[in-house]
Order: sequence, then C-alpha cells, then structure tokens
Amino acid sequence: MQVTINGELRNVSENLTIIDLLNEMKIDGKIAVEVNQEILPRSQFGDYHLKPGDTLEIVHAIGGG
Amino acid sequence: MTQDDNLIIDGHAYSSRLLVGTGKYKDFEETQKAIEASGAEIVTVAIRRTNIGQEKGEKNLLDYIPPDKYTLLPNTAGCYDADSAVRTCRLARELLDGHDLVKLEVLGDQKTLFPDIPATLVAAETLVKDGFKVMVYTTDDPIMAKRLEELGCIAVMPLAAPIGSGLGIRNPYNIRTIIENASVPILVDAGVGTASDAAIAMELGCDGVLMNTAIAEAKDPILMASAMKKGIEAGREAFRAGRMPRRAYASASSPIDGAFF
Repeated sequence: MQVTINGELRNVSENLTIIDLLNEMKIDGKIAVEVNQEILPRSQFGDYHLKPGDTLEIVHAIGGG
Repeated sequence: MTQDDNLIIDGHAYSSRLLVGTGKYKDFEETQKAIEASGAEIVTVAIRRTNIGQEKGEKNLLDYIPPDKYTLLPNTAGCYDADSAVRTCRLARELLDGHDLVKLEVLGDQKTLFPDIPATLVAAETLVKDGFKVMVYTTDDPIMAKRLEELGCIAVMPLAAPIGSGLGIRNPYNIRTIIENASVPILVDAGVGTASDAAIAMELGCDGVLMNTAIAEAKDPILMASAMKKGIEAGREAFRAGRMPRRAYASASSPIDGAFF
C-alpha cells in the first residue's frame, strides 16, 4: 500500500506500525511523528497501524535561530 | 553584578541574558563550543523532516546540546502561515517530551523575513490556549508588542533589524517604548551584528538578546560568542548603573579649587 512519508510517496507493507516503519527506515534518535496532521504520541507508535493514503511527517531537531 | 539579577522566563531564573541559535555553524562541535563560550542557557533549535533511510547512529544536534543541560527553545522558523507554526510547535512539544516553551515566528516575506503580524496574532492565540509558553518574534511596533503580551505570550521579542542582517539596533526609540510599556520580558531577537549592538540593546533596558548569525557567521564564532557574552553583561550593568546625562558642552573632571596657577 502507498503512504506519504515526509513528502515522498512510499510503498509499505500492510498493517505496519510506526515502530516497524522506523526500524525499516533505520530512523532512531529523538523524533516526533504526525499522522494526517495530528500528533501521534510516542506511546502509540506500537499501536498505530498505517492505512493506505496516510500522510506522515517524521521530524527532529536541527540547528536554527 | 549581584547574584540575583536573573532573567526570569516562565518562572525559571537564568543567569545569562544571552539566548543563542544553533544554525549556520560548520558542524556540531563548533556549535557546542560557541554555545559554551556564549554562556547561554536558552538555546533555539529548528524542527525539520528527518532524512528517510539515514544511517543508524547518525549524529544528532541534541547529543551536542543536551536538553538536560540547556533550556531548548524550538522555533517555527520557515513558517509563513499560522497553521504550520502551530503544527511545528505541537511536533516540538512531542519531540521534547512535553516541553512547552516555544519561539513563535510567522514570517511574511522571504526577502526581509519580517513577521506576518496578523498571522502571528492568530498563531499566538491558538498556542496560548493550547498551553504553550510562547516567546514571540515581532516587529518593533509597540502596539503589536503590547497586543501579543495581552494575548498571553510570556515574552515579546522585537527585531532590532532583519534576521541575519547584522545591522544593529535600527530603532532604539521603539525598543525603549516597548520596554516601558511591557510587563513581560522584552528580548531583542534578530539584527545584532557585533558585541556593541548587544550592549546597546541591554543598555536600552532589554531583558535579553537572542542571536544566531552574529556569532555563527563571525570569522571566529567561538571568540565572538565570548565577546557577545561580555557585551550583554556590560550593557546590563550599564543599564542597572544608570548612565550620566548627555550634555552639549564639557564638564571638567578635575576641580578648579586648589589650583596654584
């Protein structure tokens, strides 16, 4: 199924959780996730199963003023 | 300086009145050294998309600027509408485990990076209602500064000159009026170019100064960070000491009495 991650269209397997996705994409460290413009708390990363057409933003802190 | 001359932000006392950004540095090591040299305790960060498929164990800014050592101030830089600024703050709060202090900036124009004030007001109101402690970037307009304070922003941060311009305090009279009217901390945010600019801001009575480019783009950022620290401290002490009045003509420092000639 297709989802949009950080602006890129991606094919992912059905029913993937956010934890699975982060592992698959080798993303670790401090991040925050928004699904369809709503915050997904870290505590729910294992419970949320991706649905076709979901739009995710995965962000972290970088240098800025 | 007496020990209790602290900057109070959201009930926390800070001994440094210099707030610094983490952008434009060569690498994280330089960022870390410059921040250490600046003595800053409040440090801004930006919130951006991660690289997808990054190397595991890739270096992270927060490893160099640990949240248990510094008060992080996530910004909404790059947001040109209220909605993206609010989303950025919510992501930042989640990222930093419920930390709700944010720097709100809603920009209006890429050339000047001047704030979009109507959008800033909308975003500030939403964020305050959502429980955020908002430090807000604005123009040096005293009416808007007051309006943002009334909306519940915990600090108001007028620009001294455009972001990254290094032009110094372009309108000291407005900055002073903003300070006179305010009952929340007023910090100059943006426009400082060198240590004397920081000192002037503090002599005007600002509670603090937030800067990034003036340090990061100096030939020696670490030395400039140290200079800024001293500029801020000197300006603050001069403000507290109360400067002498300006006079049109000379006033001799040595007495006339006792002259033998």
